[in-house]
Amino acid sequence: MRQMTLKTVPERCCMQLSDRPATTSADAASVYSLRLYVAGQTPKSVLALKNLKQICDEHLQGRYDIEVIDLVQNPQLARGDQILAVPTLVRRLPEPIKKIIGDLSNTERVLVGLDLRMRQ
Amino acid sequence: MGGLSTCQRERLANWSSFLSPLLDEVNRTETPANESGPLPRGAELPKALTGIRGLDEITRGGLPKGRPTLICGGAGSGKTLLALTFLVNGALSFDEPGVLMTFEENEEEIASDVASLGFDLPQLIAARKLAIDYVRVERAEIEETGEYDLEGLFVRLDHAIRTVGAKRVVLDTIESLFAGLKNDTILRSELRRLFRWLKDQGVTAVITGERGDGALTRQGLEEYVSDAVILLDHRVHDQVSTRRLRVVKYRGSHHGTNEYPFLIDANGISVLPVSSLALQHGAPMDRVSSGVARLDEMLSGRGYYRGSTILISGTAGTGKTSLAAHFLDAACRRGERCLCFLFEESPQQLLRNMRSIGIDLEPWVTAGLLQFHADRPSRYGLETHLVTMHEVVADFKPTVTVIDPVTNLMTVGTYTDVQAMLTRMIDHLKTANITAMLTSLMPGHTDIERTETTISSLMDTWIVLANDTVGDRHRRGLYVLKSRGMAHSNELCEFVMTNRGMSLRHPVAAPHAADDAQDGSRKVLHATV
Repeated sequence: MRQMTLKTVPERCCMQLSDRPATTSADAASVYSLRLYVAGQTPKSVLALKNLKQICDEHLQGRYDIEVIDLVQNPQLARGDQILAVPTLVRRLPEPIKKIIGDLSNTERVLVGLDLRMRQ
Repeated sequence: MGGLSTCQRERLANWSSFLSPLLDEVNRTETPANESGPLPRGAELPKALTGIRGLDEITRGGLPKGRPTLICGGAGSGKTLLALTFLVNGALSFDEPGVLMTFEENEEEIASDVASLGFDLPQLIAARKLAIDYVRVERAEIEETGEYDLEGLFVRLDHAIRTVGAKRVVLDTIESLFAGLKNDTILRSELRRLFRWLKDQGVTAVITGERGDGALTRQGLEEYVSDAVILLDHRVHDQVSTRRLRVVKYRGSHHGTNEYPFLIDANGISVLPVSSLALQHGAPMDRVSSGVARLDEMLSGRGYYRGSTILISGTAGTGKTSLAAHFLDAACRRGERCLCFLFEESPQQLLRNMRSIGIDLEPWVTAGLLQFHADRPSRYGLETHLVTMHEVVADFKPTVTVIDPVTNLMTVGTYTDVQAMLTRMIDHLKTANITAMLTSLMPGHTDIERTETTISSLMDTWIVLANDTVGDRHRRGLYVLKSRGMAHSNELCEFVMTNRGMSLRHPVAAPHAADDAQDGSRKVLHATV
């Protein structure tokens, strides 16, 4: 049974989700560092987070971090990752950076976007 | 660097005093636009001054305050610069901080683009008068799945507006989003929401758009931004490039509907508003001396009318410039500010030559009463000359202006263009009540009519100088061909150049030379009419 931790990162006031044990020395290259940008608790952002968790649990078990950034609270964070549309999922690691915009309802395309599946 | 050069700063400081008479003029001259809206006469929308010379006159006070304006045009037509000038002037001169959201170039690129115009963007940003947010959209990096909106863009814009307390916003060029995002439907509805939102924020927004085929913009932004639309155009004709600006639409306001030439130079953008001749200049009654006592006598004893336009024409070497120098000298003696455009000689050359006939203009130059502005006609296109002349006139604020010789400008453009340009120039000078003297070089016996009809009808006073040879003697003659509103002499007057200037003798028709004179005058008339 994996442990889901939820902690706040004070300097960003955002939520962080991780299913990696803190002590794990998993291969750094295989860790997915993901960021989900939302603007408030809208149906679209709730749906996107739900879809994302599902996809990660299914395909990235034990090797992902999700950071949720609410731009309504932290508008200044939008510039850094060039966020324009919300929800936007940013794959920060492994490089290169990838962006997937939308409510992530099409699992197939999310997997393609995350390079977990080859483009058809 | 403080954002603007000293010269620009002064110009902006003088802005309102310079603007109001021009506004009055435009108010009189422009015909009301069709879509003037339901507003009662005289109650126009509040406006935000652009600080761009000419544009504020055409739009009668600037862009619609608190509303979005679309500026469209092809690549390199000056959209970004116009938008940026609006922001920078707002921040520096009208206490309205601004936000630039750029979709094409990053902060550094934009800053270096406009540094040559004296805009110091980093300094404005440091002073919290300007915020720049560069939005980069890379289609290749982005996968789209499911519903989304552009709230991220709104959040960024809102954040930037709050950071500096912005009153002005520029989006340059938001159409780039169409290249970056695939879902046009979402994009369009979000843009509609964005423009609505900008209005709700009460910011005066400028949105730039690339000219599309058969439409004002590629993505039909004009549908969303319906308050004001300005179109920029950049044409090359006979290797001379001309930029033009037209206010296509301005809801709730009168505006000039013509195409107006504009110029981008070291001082930024200037637009020339003066092109409709309303013939509503004042008609001052006071007179100014020509600087030659005998010529004043011929002009019903008191010289030219102030604010009138005087043409001095003659073939090469007849003394046109000398007559102009007399006029300048006399005006400076009265303490008037004189501006002299030279298209043939350098100022030094003119000063030297005039000293040889006893007219020393140098002290007036030193005293700051007389300013020369010499340029090769071929150096720029006509419009550029026109804009430059307007600028120099607006900066120096002369009461007397000499253009020597105006005919050299004819080489630069087509007949119609030259006529249009001179008409605008003369109209402008008259409106400002500036006495203008133009010299016209007549190339021997050819082309005279063409040259003269171009401008003669605009002239109030026309003095013809001519040479002729009688026996072994070379004579110089002068007569007043026309002078509106005064009983002028019809005599042909012989004159000589002395070391104390031009000396006019009594009419050539002296008893002993009556026949010669008749011949001479006929010859002269033949040559000029």
